[in-house]
Amino acid sequence: MRATTPTHDLLRGIWEENPVLVQLLGLCPALAVTNTVANSLAMGLATFFVLVGSSLLVSTLKNVIPHEVRISAYILIIATFVTVADMVLAAVVPDIHKALGAFIALIVVNCMILGRQEAFASKRPVGRALLDAVGTGGGFIIALLMIGGIREILGYGSFLGFPLFGASYEPWIIMILPPGGFFTLGFILLAFGWRKSRKQEKPAVRDWPHGVGASTRRIA
Amino acid sequence: MGDLLWILISAMLINNFTLALFLGLCPFMGVSARVGTALRMGAANIFVLVITSMTAWALNTYVLAAAPYLRLISFIVVIASLVQIVEMAIKKLSPTLFRELGIFLPLITTNCAILGLAIFQTNRGYGFLEGLFFAIGAGLGLTLALVLMASIREQSELATVPAVARGMGLVLIVAGSLSLAFMGFAGLFST
Amino acid sequence: MTERSAPERQYTRSGKLLATLTVAGALAGLLLVVVNAWTEPRIQAHRAKVLKEAIEEVLGGPERYETLFLQEGELVATLPAGADSANLDRVYLGYDAGGRPVGFAIAGGEPGFQDVISLLFGFDPVNERISGMKVLESKETPGLGDKIEKDSAFVASFEGPAAPLVGVKQGRGSGDAHEVDMITGATISSRTVIDIINHRLEELEPYLRAYAEAGAP
Repeated sequence: MRATTPTHDLLRGIWEENPVLVQLLGLCPALAVTNTVANSLAMGLATFFVLVGSSLLVSTLKNVIPHEVRISAYILIIATFVTVADMVLAAVVPDIHKALGAFIALIVVNCMILGRQEAFASKRPVGRALLDAVGTGGGFIIALLMIGGIREILGYGSFLGFPLFGASYEPWIIMILPPGGFFTLGFILLAFGWRKSRKQEKPAVRDWPHGVGASTRRIA
Repeated sequence: MGDLLWILISAMLINNFTLALFLGLCPFMGVSARVGTALRMGAANIFVLVITSMTAWALNTYVLAAAPYLRLISFIVVIASLVQIVEMAIKKLSPTLFRELGIFLPLITTNCAILGLAIFQTNRGYGFLEGLFFAIGAGLGLTLALVLMASIREQSELATVPAVARGMGLVLIVAGSLSLAFMGFAGLFST
Repeated sequence: MTERSAPERQYTRSGKLLATLTVAGALAGLLLVVVNAWTEPRIQAHRAKVLKEAIEEVLGGPERYETLFLQEGELVATLPAGADSANLDRVYLGYDAGGRPVGFAIAGGEPGFQDVISLLFGFDPVNERISGMKVLESKETPGLGDKIEKDSAFVASFEGPAAPLVGVKQGRGSGDAHEVDMITGATISSRTVIDIINHRLEELEPYLRAYAEAGAP
């Protein structure tokens, strides 16, 4: 295991190794409940709570949990946190709980959470595990907000319920329906791919003498 | 009987588990590059779904009425054990099939479709028979989506795809188109 | 020495594995019991509030309501001791300030265009009229089918028509008291709403009539 700095543990989950946009984990909730920003935020926060809570617990108990049953123990811990989150959401914000529905319970099979426990929290001290969980959870929230933002702005013409465009705007209903979820994430990934290929292109062009690079770019 | 048929067709086509309800996306994205693999994965899923449905019904009826908040934990423990047992059984009964399925079997545990089925079945209050038809419909729908995606991906390997689109971006957009197509099934069962 | 202690070590490990999981399970269960005790009353209170608001909406603001269970072929207000109410069909009877029954609020659900539509409607057995309708749950297409709950004219058209309802396309009605205009572009969702009401009334009418004639207490 390469030694990593605390800052790196915290920041890599947010963008570089973003769980949804780069690692493509946790796609089920990322597409299912992101039809409005409010729902995306709620799901992101609930997952954040479960991830941080279980990472803390797994890291604290890593020497007590025998190796053979570690996966079962992690699942038990995660399932307990998810049940708590589910009950608290139902009691405190019942409307959002109804909008998220069964997907709150499905946080327990979000491969992102189990993956973090297995790969990191079970092997690192509590402090680092906390940073990693916060970073990954933060990245998850950011990804969900991106998808939710695009879908709500285009699909309802509003953001967090506030109308943006006025009465004449014809909303793109498709965005709040299931295909919209697939298309939105697909186009985000296309945009990333395009940006990456542009970055890789640039050094080669820079090597050409001034003027030649410009013309080859036009042809290509 | 009409109700049961609606449950099956709805889970399979109108509210397809993968393309409309967003369940079972991990195998859908990861496994679906070969039609043969997709078929086998789908078959394994149908099997586990049906058994899960029956076990969930039994748990709900006989055990969980007293402590509903233990539902999630019991479901996930049961599913994990079930997949383990199925894996061992397949290993004993048909080593060839076990070799072919390989890593896919343990992946079924974290497949949100299995847990999702158990939860939806509970929320909708399905009885034993209804749950069974639900599971069969869901499994068939999952297999259908997997096979369709695998066929398209097999074909697209022969096509020229721009570099930016190769990989998951294209898969998701194809999935979106499939989802759009399946929306056409809505209203299939109306008078 | 290693030979002798190896089997011992294996036994301890299995025992330890089992013990760890059992303790973990017990602790998890304990935590959930505590959280449940705190959240359950709030969840029930919210559910009751939502139901009460829906009943008030469909019956035009009764003073109070009571739940009637359909048990063994008749509607009863109180169940015999030990009976489980969870699986019984039920209706809600609203009373006005003077203690007179205002009407029944009945819930029903059937598959619509996309998925099951679930609603509550009010029924006045004396005049055989529908007094209101409120959609409780629907996953119909946003912008089209979801007009069954968002289109206030459609919802308002359920305040007063005579049962059984007949759905007609907009502009094609003959002014009959039984007619309800369906939403253009959402005929299937609209028809499902009408069907739910008609089917439930068909199912429950004998019991409702028997209860009304027996004279509510």
